[in-house]
Amino acid sequence: MSDKSTIPFGPQHPVLPEPIHLKLVVEDEKVVEAYPAFGFVHRGLETLAQKKDFNQMVYVVERVCGICSCMHGQDYCEAIEELMGIEVPVRAEYLRTIWAELHRIHSHLLWLGLFADAFGFENLFMQTWKIREKIMDILEATSGNRVIISVNIVGGVRKDINSEQAKWILKELDEVERQLKDINDVVMNNYTVKQRTVGIGVLTKEEAYELGATGPMAKGSGVDLDLRTTGYAAYKYLDFEPIVEKAGDSYARNLVRMREIFQSIDLIRQALGKIPDGEINVPVKGNPPAGEVISRLEQSRGEVVYYIKSNGTKFLDRLRIRTPTFANIPALLKILPGSQLQDVPVLILTIDPCISCTER
Amino acid sequence: MLDMLKSVFSNLSRKPVTRMYPFEERKPFDINRGHLENNIDECIFCGMCQRVCPSNCIKVDRKTSVWEYDPFECVLCGVCVEKCPKKCLKLDVHYRSCTDKKYNIHLEKHDDSEKAGA
Repeated sequence: MSDKSTIPFGPQHPVLPEPIHLKLVVEDEKVVEAYPAFGFVHRGLETLAQKKDFNQMVYVVERVCGICSCMHGQDYCEAIEELMGIEVPVRAEYLRTIWAELHRIHSHLLWLGLFADAFGFENLFMQTWKIREKIMDILEATSGNRVIISVNIVGGVRKDINSEQAKWILKELDEVERQLKDINDVVMNNYTVKQRTVGIGVLTKEEAYELGATGPMAKGSGVDLDLRTTGYAAYKYLDFEPIVEKAGDSYARNLVRMREIFQSIDLIRQALGKIPDGEINVPVKGNPPAGEVISRLEQSRGEVVYYIKSNGTKFLDRLRIRTPTFANIPALLKILPGSQLQDVPVLILTIDPCISCTER
Repeated sequence: MLDMLKSVFSNLSRKPVTRMYPFEERKPFDINRGHLENNIDECIFCGMCQRVCPSNCIKVDRKTSVWEYDPFECVLCGVCVEKCPKKCLKLDVHYRSCTDKKYNIHLEKHDDSEKAGA
């Protein structure tokens, strides 16, 4: 008992892209307790809702997170549309879905690269980011920006995808899929990947459910929760099943994300095949009526919740964002005790942490 | 152990994926949001761009006919371009070059041109 010691992990650490601090109590090389500390990148974006009008806030919430920015804007717009009773054109719903799925692909590829980097597989890191560039090019060609694409507005979307672009996207996706299949064999079967992930950080189905884990963290433990099945945006017109793995270890979460990339490619193909012609947005008149609304959707990391309280003016009373990483922190603190110190970076990255989301 | 060999061999025979940036530039996409420009001769100083801007980077003074813009505050969302009634604002596809000093873009319409226009 006397050889317990406490070591700090982060906020600056070679494997962490963003600052999170963990106080780890270790016994030799084994972690026995973990205490998190947050607040290094808090920017007070929620309070800005009282200073910017509800149309300007779309561009603020997109900057909550760089990787799932499109989906933050989409969720915010869907919340305001629900409050104001606006019917979004079907084409806009499809376009939102296409951009959201492109974001899911690039988010998972980015994560896979960082994850490979965390256990020292530099080659896999380079290859995944090389593939990701094709997705970034699609985003840039269709929206005008690489990362924060600013396509969602209250009432629809701002940009359209024409038939030539759709053909080009399908061609690029074929190439992405071909390159991904090579990577897929490595992720599934490579000795190094398996040694560092199989059986590491096991979260049972009951634990995942009780701790409120979400996204691939819950799906990797066999919890069949995917908000896309509730049919927001164009998902109600598309055919898909949530991807679930049973093992609950880091390898299972890895597989969920890898399979979700292929699923997203399939969803984009379906959406581009079924997309109807028509308007891409409807004019919005007046301010949101006084009232409250909650809107949820499935981001690449899990479920994001927007709570909006409006007072009838153009400024909102309260905006509250519950991000998926925040929901996955309790599950992380559950799997850390009992792990070896060298597995801590892998376990932290296995929840796909987005700290700037969590602290807003 | 040798799963990556396939990609190693294919990479050996291929040219680099990266570019030698300052010497070789990629052609920007047609709708790239590079930087904001204002054709001041067309501008009527209505202040619509200032009102819709989410980052408050545009200041319009109708009395003195001055349009001021902070490119370092701008988030290049392009809302001002969409709302401009005279369509004198436009987003160029090329990015502004890097600098070590911040500056504002200050555009004025002279009385002569106003008279000429009238």
